[in-house]
Amino acid sequence: MPSRMGARAPAGFARSFWELGLLLLLVFVLLQGSVFPYGADASSQHAKDGCSSTHEGKPNRTKKVFPVLSFEYDHIKTPFEVSLWVLFASLMKLGFHLVPRLSSIVPESCLLIVVGLLVGGLSKLIGESELPKLDSGNFFLVLLPPIILDAGYFLPIRPFMENLGTILMFAVVGTLWNAFFIGSVLFAVCQIPAAGLTHLGLLSCLLFGSIISAVDPVAVLAVFEEIHINELLHILVFGESLLNDAVTVVLYHLFEEFSAFGTVTVLDGFLGVISFLIVAFGGVLVGAIYGILAAFTSRFTSHMRVIEPLFVFVYSYIAYLSAELFHLSGIMALIACGAVMRPYVEANISHKSHTTIKYFLKMWSSVSETLIFILLGVATVGGPHNWNWIFVTSTVFLCLVARVIGVIGLTFIINKFRIVKLTTKDQFIVAYGGLRGAIAFSLGFLLEVEDEEMRHIFLTAIITVIFFTVFVQGMTIKPLVELLAVKKKQEAKRSINEEIHIQFLDHLLTGIEDICGHYGHHHWKDKMNRFNRKYVKKWLIAGERSKEPQLIAFYHKLEFKQAIQLVESGAGGKLSSALPSTVSIQNIQPKKPPPAPEPRERVLPQLPKSREEEIRKILRSNLQRTRQRLRSYNRHTLVADPYEEGLNDLLKKQKMFELEKKIKEMNNYLSVPVATSDSPTLRRARLASGRQTDFKPDEQQNGKKQTSDPQAYNVKPDPVDVPTIQVELASPQSPDSVNIMDEFRKDKEKDEDTGLTMKLPSGPSAPPRKQSEEEDAKDPQKLTRCLSDPGPSADEGEDDPFLP
Amino acid sequence: MGSLQSSPSHQDYVDLAEKTGFSFEQISILHKRFKQLSHNEDKLRREHFGQITDLHANPIREQIVEAFFDRRNFYQEIEEPVSEISFENFLVVMSNFRPPSDNMSQEKLVKVRKEKLRFLFNMHDTDKDGTITLEEYRHVVEELLSYYEALETETARGIADAAMLEVASITRGHMEPDEFYEGITFEHFLKLLEGFDIESRMNIRFMNMDTTTLCFLTTYRGVKSWPFQLYFW
Repeated sequence: MPSRMGARAPAGFARSFWELGLLLLLVFVLLQGSVFPYGADASSQHAKDGCSSTHEGKPNRTKKVFPVLSFEYDHIKTPFEVSLWVLFASLMKLGFHLVPRLSSIVPESCLLIVVGLLVGGLSKLIGESELPKLDSGNFFLVLLPPIILDAGYFLPIRPFMENLGTILMFAVVGTLWNAFFIGSVLFAVCQIPAAGLTHLGLLSCLLFGSIISAVDPVAVLAVFEEIHINELLHILVFGESLLNDAVTVVLYHLFEEFSAFGTVTVLDGFLGVISFLIVAFGGVLVGAIYGILAAFTSRFTSHMRVIEPLFVFVYSYIAYLSAELFHLSGIMALIACGAVMRPYVEANISHKSHTTIKYFLKMWSSVSETLIFILLGVATVGGPHNWNWIFVTSTVFLCLVARVIGVIGLTFIINKFRIVKLTTKDQFIVAYGGLRGAIAFSLGFLLEVEDEEMRHIFLTAIITVIFFTVFVQGMTIKPLVELLAVKKKQEAKRSINEEIHIQFLDHLLTGIEDICGHYGHHHWKDKMNRFNRKYVKKWLIAGERSKEPQLIAFYHKLEFKQAIQLVESGAGGKLSSALPSTVSIQNIQPKKPPPAPEPRERVLPQLPKSREEEIRKILRSNLQRTRQRLRSYNRHTLVADPYEEGLNDLLKKQKMFELEKKIKEMNNYLSVPVATSDSPTLRRARLASGRQTDFKPDEQQNGKKQTSDPQAYNVKPDPVDVPTIQVELASPQSPDSVNIMDEFRKDKEKDEDTGLTMKLPSGPSAPPRKQSEEEDAKDPQKLTRCLSDPGPSADEGEDDPFLP
Repeated sequence: MGSLQSSPSHQDYVDLAEKTGFSFEQISILHKRFKQLSHNEDKLRREHFGQITDLHANPIREQIVEAFFDRRNFYQEIEEPVSEISFENFLVVMSNFRPPSDNMSQEKLVKVRKEKLRFLFNMHDTDKDGTITLEEYRHVVEELLSYYEALETETARGIADAAMLEVASITRGHMEPDEFYEGITFEHFLKLLEGFDIESRMNIRFMNMDTTTLCFLTTYRGVKSWPFQLYFW
């Protein structure tokens, strides 16, 4: 790595120089923390001197001049330093991604640890001893929860459940095996007189083994997120790291208890098993209860959207704390809470709240992660160490060996039951991905043993293992994945066809299992789904969405994405780019005869049903709602919805596109002016929304009063009387403008003619929706005219067999 | 191996095992189930499937049952419409749901994948003309959503149409407005589900031990055959 750094010295050097400067500055500021009090005293002393000198005549001690500027660092010390650390960590994170290619070679976690080491080293050089430690209390109560919640909330439930058996096997049996293997072999090693550790008892060694054996979710997440491995392997390693928490907690407490007394009975082992079950299932139960509570609460938040995300965070945190209260597995509680609440909460909350939750979780977890790694580095330098060569090397070695044996042995058993077998490559990655991290370190810190020296030995060994796994394994796993050609994660662009087939397969397999007459995985899943649909959703999801099947929900998501793309893609001219190609519904419509003989079909391609649906749905579900919301603008409601902005934008652009198209048509036909050629999609979308408003005329009118459509102003020029026939080939612009004016004039007239329900007196503010209906009616006319075949044929229903 | 002495001879078992890839134990279990469903007759008819209560709630039950009577799934030439199936046919249909075995070669895996997809394709292609038309696809989606009462068929059609559009755009790319996409052929179907790892999804676990005696047909379902943990692997 150093050679690479050297190769592109100029840029990298300047940047790292800058970073170093920044680092130094921050460190300096931090270090000032403890010096400041003196400074503050001095300055206030000075101020006092100053005032005493100016006001010598009145030596009244009680009455001082009001201090214009005062200084009191202690007052803000803690939050200030915490903020500085967070800022520092974030800046570091930012800095790494400024340095090109660095982040692709070295995992971020390694860099952060190095930064921590540097900070620790610097402070040691200066002689500062007041650096924040990776305090176990803070770690478990503040730093860890965001990461776990992030993991739990966004846990891919389907692969998780499908591989639950394997994950549990690795998490429970694997961790137990690791703990006992490492512990007992270490005890044997300690008996070698040369090591000088003969005073270490078996129970202490087992305690150490239980601490060091657990795979760490923070480290795994940090590394695995960068290597983009396939879903199965990711969920195996990651799921293991999450679920082994219960085992670790129980083993830890068990051995801590026993090592104080020094004896273990069979009863103790039995109680340990019971305790494990209680810790694990209790944690899950606590989490699930809070998750259901959160889901239930979110059912009623439709009037208070701004605090929706808060419920998710607070309920989860309370779940974590409640679990920790009884020494249950807090991690399991958080995972369960997040996973249980998510489907219901997401159905209830607004899209914005969902985005907020996502970003907050990601932000918190990444800041926590950064802080954890930096503090780990700092603690490495700052902490007391007792380096025992034999103990440390044998620990690292045993960790590796135990992991490999454990994975291979367990996979041998598991593969007998799995439908999709784990290959040798998979086993290798699972074994290699067993990274240890800050949880082990914090547990080691928490150790209460009389023998301080033993604790230091343990801590040193733990840190070494962490460094070894994070640096060596973390850095080499990426090249190894590529070398072994392990299947990577596909860029998941799930198509609607795949979604249909996923659902189809679910039912198919359930059906086949039923025919075979045994109740398998699919059978139970189906039962659960049924139960969920019948009872749970009704209680936890407000309104209509509780009845929405998954496929529809997926479809809506897809629609929404496409609509956003539609808006983003700019002019309506690119409408077709929202869908992958120019294929339209007409191409797949079986009822229609091949439309070749009909020229109007060729001119006006049929509207793709999906697009129509898409826009209509959005218009229906969102425009009215947001308009209502806009009415009350206060601190507690959010201003405009992006939907609406997007839609206005879309409509605006559509209008522009109309103009362009008109220009084109002018050039093409050079004949009688045509009526506006709205794009079919939008035309129909407007028509649809217009139709929608027919059902709710009141609401519509309200809406109209609230927001005048801006695009109406955009395009409407002053009406001028001009000839309608244009033959100028050379300058397309002028005929165009002329014609538009003409048309708009006509539109207005027509508006007045056909007294529709939603009429506004003034022409310019006539909503485009209204217009579009007119345009729609005129469309066939236009086309026939283009073909110099005059005569209106206003059967608008003919060309859209899809509209209900 | 006492079950081997039941009605099919040992040679039958060997043939069946060769043809379908099931183990003897699995065949004997499935045979028991077959007899149970057909009330000890040699042929299974459509109404026999109607007794399976668990199947009643399945939204695509008709298609599933039809798949058992689809002669394309039997690998043999039968002209007339099938009204009853033998155990062999039953087994052949079931064999589509066998998980791929451990050390399968790449070509073999591709073949398995193709067979599984062909089975799915045949389920969709109800008129057996080799293409899934829009109507057929719509039917699939409607069935799929059928157990959500309060749902307009319009939505289902919308989804099917969108899906069909997707197919057309994936397989054809650009199409002129006057072209007509007649339906999904099998090649298109393969292309469509390229990224869909069907070989690891379309599997169920066939028991190697006899559990059918624990699962009664219509009347009594109190005993849930197997310990839980097995189902989550």
